Amino acid sequence: MSAKTAKAEIHPMEDLLRMDRIPHIWCPTCGIGTTVSCFISALEQIDTPLDDVCVVSGIGCAGRVAGYIKLDSFHTTHGRPIPFATGLKLANPKLKVVVISGDGDLIAIGGNHFIHAARRNMDITVICINNFNYAMTGGQVAPTTPETAKTSTSPYGCYEHPFNIPYLADACGAVYVARWTALHIRRQTKAMVEALNKPGFSVVEVITPCPTLYARRNKLGDGLSLMKFYHENAEIRHGADTRDVGIAFQEKIICGKFVDRDRPSYLECLDRRHSMVLGDKYVKYGERCEDDGD
Amino acid sequence: MAKATKKVRLKKANPKGVLTGAHYLDGDHACCEGALAAGCRFVAGYPITPSTEVVERFSSRIPLVGGMFIQMEDEIASSIAIQGAVWAGKKAMTVTSGPGISLMMEHVGLAVMLETPCVFVNVQRGGPSTGLPTLPGQADMMQARWGSHGDYEIIAISPNSPQECFDLMIDAFNLSEQFRVPVFFMMDECVGHMTEKVIIPEADEIEIYPRRYTTKPPGEYLPYEPDEDLVPSMVKAGDGYHFHITGLTHDEQGYPVMSADCQEKLVHRLLDKINKNADKIYQNIEWELEGAEVMVLSYGISSRVSLRGMAMAREKGVKTGMFRPVVVWPFPEKRLKELAKKVKAVVVVEMNYGQIYYEVDRLVGSTTKVVLLPHGGGTVHDPKVICDAIVEAAK
Repeated sequence: MSAKTAKAEIHPMEDLLRMDRIPHIWCPTCGIGTTVSCFISALEQIDTPLDDVCVVSGIGCAGRVAGYIKLDSFHTTHGRPIPFATGLKLANPKLKVVVISGDGDLIAIGGNHFIHAARRNMDITVICINNFNYAMTGGQVAPTTPETAKTSTSPYGCYEHPFNIPYLADACGAVYVARWTALHIRRQTKAMVEALNKPGFSVVEVITPCPTLYARRNKLGDGLSLMKFYHENAEIRHGADTRDVGIAFQEKIICGKFVDRDRPSYLECLDRRHSMVLGDKYVKYGERCEDDGD
Repeated sequence: MAKATKKVRLKKANPKGVLTGAHYLDGDHACCEGALAAGCRFVAGYPITPSTEVVERFSSRIPLVGGMFIQMEDEIASSIAIQGAVWAGKKAMTVTSGPGISLMMEHVGLAVMLETPCVFVNVQRGGPSTGLPTLPGQADMMQARWGSHGDYEIIAISPNSPQECFDLMIDAFNLSEQFRVPVFFMMDECVGHMTEKVIIPEADEIEIYPRRYTTKPPGEYLPYEPDEDLVPSMVKAGDGYHFHITGLTHDEQGYPVMSADCQEKLVHRLLDKINKNADKIYQNIEWELEGAEVMVLSYGISSRVSLRGMAMAREKGVKTGMFRPVVVWPFPEKRLKELAKKVKAVVVVEMNYGQIYYEVDRLVGSTTKVVLLPHGGGTVHDPKVICDAIVEAAK
């Protein structure tokens, strides 16, 4: 390749990445970048105009995703992207609101918001990047850390029971729940497309390698070794009972689409109730959203 | 009403939200009507005494006006859901009392950092902790100012009647829009639950400060490039700007920059945009100060109780007048200094152990006698005690 052609080469996702912020902060062979690529591929496959797509993140490694995607993007506080997203969506229902954040952010400090958004069937998509630890702060134990795994605050091995995220989401009322690993590029992307197209609360959990902290402390090798591990240990089981998809240390990772059902969303329920009780007096939330702000 | 900068044209209230007429309302209900008249169309809240009536009324009124109420899972969620709503184009508030405000502090900081215009209503009760849920307090005044971490300035307004709960809510929203800052509406249980006549004017008599939307096209717009008054212009989600905002220290583009220089520039502007514009924010009431020997400084419900104590002191021959900061933060430093020179003593009457007294003493204590008349909350001051303090201070 000549120098001239090399110079003209552009990143195929440049339109949707903040190239002025690249290089990103993620470690080599971290799985978050892969998830971002899959998400951008998914955006190219959905019907929603991209101007209407909002990305909301919390805090942590995965919390930085919002900062690299060239859409209306919000880097909020730790654990709170879901209630911020709830405000965005309810204030302007035409927006397609996506939360991309980590397991600690969404399931520990943000766990209460996660379960209530699922219960309400709030019309947002949550992409939960699960690397089994708090990576940004140095690899501490998380509610997703498998039992016996070592982290900086479980130096003798984790002894807590971890959350099984698909089961949690399912039990709380999510209408779409899937899990894939960073290895499953095509399937992960497809799950994101399905989740984005699905009305209601949809969840895609992505298991990603954290080579710098989780893998190093547990002597799991480099990023490539982890991908090999996923290749050998990920088992696709669509429609699996979510009670059976918990993750044990270095054991099988059950992947697939576990939940895909229909349930009226928060806004549908609100509209139905208010229309029924108030009739013509009901002024729909969205009708004035263009001019209410000023 | 908030004063407009030169280029801003104030709008008139949307009549849909204005319940014009004479009403008999308590402060909580009047506060809700003030918010609706101001254009608030989004409330996220969590129930807490003695503020609950505000959201109860809002949840009943909003489906008839067009907007959204959501009862969130906690105060933390409420205080950030309103910010999502603001960035999607709504005017928004949350309503709570002390324990809830403690939980919301995280997002007071976020609102300061993102420069999200929004209103936090705090119907104060006795604290600390669960304290006195059904009884009044005024001990969240310093929390309103600096309860979240980091350096910042906010605006806090303290109404003392249901009528003011209506009128000043409009100012609260206008100021939040003008300066893109969270505004605290510091009611208390007495003001919230006191029922009085409230006159709601015609919509076209209510001036509304419009959101400071940018006129620049995408590509040219920088989310944190300040205007002349140090306040940046806004955009909202869905308008094609593809903007980014973060709670991290950020540059004018909204991108995180982890440097002391960027921190200095950003935080200094956040302080300056309030402090240097303070003359446009102050609202004080001066009453009977001409020739007064003793100046009572009080706010909220305590200012009304003080009026009775002052009347009793006057019967005893002490000339006394009142200085009431309606906007408590930023504190009216300059005016207080001018007035304090003319009196023998300043008596600070407040339902806490000296939160505003410390500010007054810091400002004028070296030249004028400053007396604190504290109260732990649970009920209001006995006017006789106020009278005695005034008489004593005059000696």
